[in-house]
Amino acid sequence: MTLSRRDLLIGTATAAVGGASAPLLGSLPAFAQAAEPQYKPEQGASLRVLRWAPFVKGDEDQWIANTQKFTQATGVDVRIDKESWEDIRPKAAVAANVGSGPDIMLVWFDDPHQYPEKLLPVTDLANYLGNKYGGWYDGLQGYAKRGDQFVALPLAAIGNGIIYRDSMLKAAGFQEMPKDTAGFLELAKALKAKAKPMGFALGKAVGDGNNFAHWVVWSHGGKMVDENGKVVINSPETIKALQYARELYQQFIPGTEAWLDINNNRAFLAGDVGLTANGVSLYYSAKTDPKLAEMAADMRSANMPIGPIGRPMELHQTTSSVIFQHTKFPQAAKAYLKFMYEQPQMSEWIKASSAYCCQPLKAYADNPVWTSDPLHAPYAKASETLVPNGYAGPLGYASAATMADYVMVDMVAEAASGQRSPEEAAKRAETRANRYYRL
Amino acid sequence: MADAAVQDRILLPSEPKASLLKSRGMVGFLFMLPALAFLLIFLTYPLGLGVWLGFTDTRIGRDGIWIGLENYQLLWEDSLFWLSVFNTLLYTITASILKFALGLWLALILNEHLPFKSFFRAVLLLPWVVPTVLSAIAFWWIYDSQFSVISWGLIELGIIDTPINFLGDMENARASVIAANVWRGIPFVAITLLAGLQTISPSLHEAATLDGATGWQRFRHITLPMLSPLIAVVMTFSVLFTFTDFQLIYVLTRGGPLNATHLMATLSFQRAIPGGQLGEGAAIAVAMIPFLLAAILFSYFGLQRRKWQQGGAD
Repeated sequence: MTLSRRDLLIGTATAAVGGASAPLLGSLPAFAQAAEPQYKPEQGASLRVLRWAPFVKGDEDQWIANTQKFTQATGVDVRIDKESWEDIRPKAAVAANVGSGPDIMLVWFDDPHQYPEKLLPVTDLANYLGNKYGGWYDGLQGYAKRGDQFVALPLAAIGNGIIYRDSMLKAAGFQEMPKDTAGFLELAKALKAKAKPMGFALGKAVGDGNNFAHWVVWSHGGKMVDENGKVVINSPETIKALQYARELYQQFIPGTEAWLDINNNRAFLAGDVGLTANGVSLYYSAKTDPKLAEMAADMRSANMPIGPIGRPMELHQTTSSVIFQHTKFPQAAKAYLKFMYEQPQMSEWIKASSAYCCQPLKAYADNPVWTSDPLHAPYAKASETLVPNGYAGPLGYASAATMADYVMVDMVAEAASGQRSPEEAAKRAETRANRYYRL
Repeated sequence: MADAAVQDRILLPSEPKASLLKSRGMVGFLFMLPALAFLLIFLTYPLGLGVWLGFTDTRIGRDGIWIGLENYQLLWEDSLFWLSVFNTLLYTITASILKFALGLWLALILNEHLPFKSFFRAVLLLPWVVPTVLSAIAFWWIYDSQFSVISWGLIELGIIDTPINFLGDMENARASVIAANVWRGIPFVAITLLAGLQTISPSLHEAATLDGATGWQRFRHITLPMLSPLIAVVMTFSVLFTFTDFQLIYVLTRGGPLNATHLMATLSFQRAIPGGQLGEGAAIAVAMIPFLLAAILFSYFGLQRRKWQQGGAD
C-alpha cells in the first residue's frame, strides 16, 4: 500500500467529519479491528528526524529511500540527522525537556519512560499497526507502552546471538550447539581443553556486557526488581546464576573483565576465541573481508542457551521511535511514522538491515532476510526472546539509571572473576540498585 | 604654542564624567572588563552551577528541586564512590611522584651537554603534544588482553606463555593506567624543570665546586632550592591534571575491571550523562574540589616557603 497525498487528504477529511471511521473513498481497505487513522500533514510541514548512526549501511540507505518516498507522496520535507548511538540518550532527554530540536527521534531502551509526558501519544497508530501486522512483540511493546497508552512505537530489536566456529565445536566433540545452560558449560570446558575457549564481555561494554549479564541472571530466574519495583536481586536464583557465571568464566579466555564492546569481535576475528555473543555485524566483518573468507564459511550462529527457568530471556538492544510533544507538525509526524511502518517500507528496511534489526511486528517475521543466510536464523528470534531491561518492574528513571551504572554487569563480573563471592556480589548489587529504586 | 595646547588639555577636563574616564583606576577597570566578563561567564558561572546542581536532584533535561545534602549522604553510603576516591588518590599520588622523579631526572640529563641535545628535547615533547585520546587508543592496543605488543614480544622471547592480563586484573589495570598517565605527563614536568635549570647561574655551581662540594651536595643545596618555586607550580598543575584525568581512563577501561580504575571524574560522568543523574554527577565533581584545594594550598603554603626552599625546617 502506498500512501499518496490525495489518500491522506481524503482520509483526514473523513476523520474530521465523522470521527475515526473507515475512509469513504479510495483504495484503502477498511479494518474490522481498528479503524485506520488518517493523518493530514499540516500546511508547509517539515520534519526533523534524529536517529542513531547506523551499524550497517543498508539500514541507513533504505531508511533514507523510504523517507524520500514519503516526501514524494506528501510533499513534507524530512531532514534526517544522526548521532553516535551513545549520544542519543542525553540528546533525547534534552530535546524532550527543553521542548525544541527534532520532531521525531529513534531512542534506546527505556528512554520513552523517562519523559512520557513530553511524548506525543501514538496509541491510535500503534493499535492500528498492531492489528494490521499481527501484533507487537511483548518485550518491545513493554518499552513503548505506559499504562494503556503507547508513548512510542517499537522499531526494532538489535539482536544478540552466539556466534561460533563450527570446526572448533566439532573439535571439542560436539555435533551441535547445546540448547541449555548445563550443556553450554560442558561445551565451554571442552572448547577450552580441545580448541579455543569462549569469551563474553565482562567489562564496561554497554551492549555486550549487559546482554551477557542479564542473560545469565534472567535465565536462572533472578531479576533486579519484582513487579512493584521492589529490589529482589539478592535471591537464591541470582546466587545460582552467579555460581554458574563463575564456573563458566573459568573456561573463558583470560582478560574478559577488561573487554569493552569491540574486544570480543577482535578476539574472535583473530581466531583466539571459538565462541562469543554479538550482533550479526561480527559475521559481516568476516564475510566482507576476503582474507577471512575461510573463517566466515566456518562461522555458525545460535541463540543463547536456555536456563533452569525453561524459556529464553534476553536483553538485546531495543530502539523505538518517539514523536515529541513540542513538534509543530504532529499530523505530519504521525503520517511519517505510519508510512515508515507500513509493509512496503518496513519490509524493505528490515531486509536492507541484513539481520541487524529484528521486526517489531509479528507479521514481518517472514521477511526473506531471515532465511537468506542460515547465520541469520537466531537473530530472527530477537524480538520474541526480548525482555525489557527493568524486568520485572516498571520502566522509568530507576531502570535506566541502574543499567547505566552497570549494576548487573558489575555483579556478574565480580562473582564470575571470583573478586567477590556470589552472595557478596548479589548483596552489593541489591544495595546499589536500592539507591535508584528507593525513589 | 605647543605648551599652551598641553596646558589646555590638562586644564580642560573639569566635568566629572571626563575625569572619571581619565582616572587611572577607571581605565584599568575598563581594560579588565572583558577578562572579568570572560571569567564570570566561563568559569564562575559553570562552577557555581555545578555546585548548585550538586544540591538538587536534576536529571538530564529535567529541572531538579533543592534536596540539600541528600546527594552527598547517598554518596557517603555508596561503596563505589569511596572506591573511586581511593582509586583517584592512588592514581594521583603514584603518578605524580613518578612523573616528578622521572621528569626531574630527565631534565637533569637534558641539561647536561649531550650530543643531539635539541633533537632529544624536541622528541621529549611528543607524548605531550599527541592528543590524549590518540595516545590512549595506542595504549589500549598496547594493553589489549589478546593483541598486546608487550605480551607478544615476551612470548616470542620465551619469557611468558600466556598474554599478560593488563586491563583485566585489578592490580595490573591500576598499574597500567598509571604507567600510561606517567608516560604522557613526564614531558610537561621535564621541559618546565629544564627551563628552570637553565636559569640557575653556572657561577653558583662553579663556586660550590671550588669549595669542594660533591655532585649530590650541589644538587641538594643549589639546584633543588633554586628550582623549588618552579617545582611547586609544576607539581600543582601536574596533580590537578592527574586528579581530573578522564580521557585516558574512559578509552582504556571505562572504569573497569570491576571498577578498579574508576576515578571520581569517570564516575561523575557515568552517573551524570549515561545515567542521566546530573545532580549526583555534579555532587561527585564537587566532592573533588576539597582535594584539589588541598593540593593547591599545600603547594602554595608549603613548597613555596622560604625556609623549606632553603633547606631548613619549621
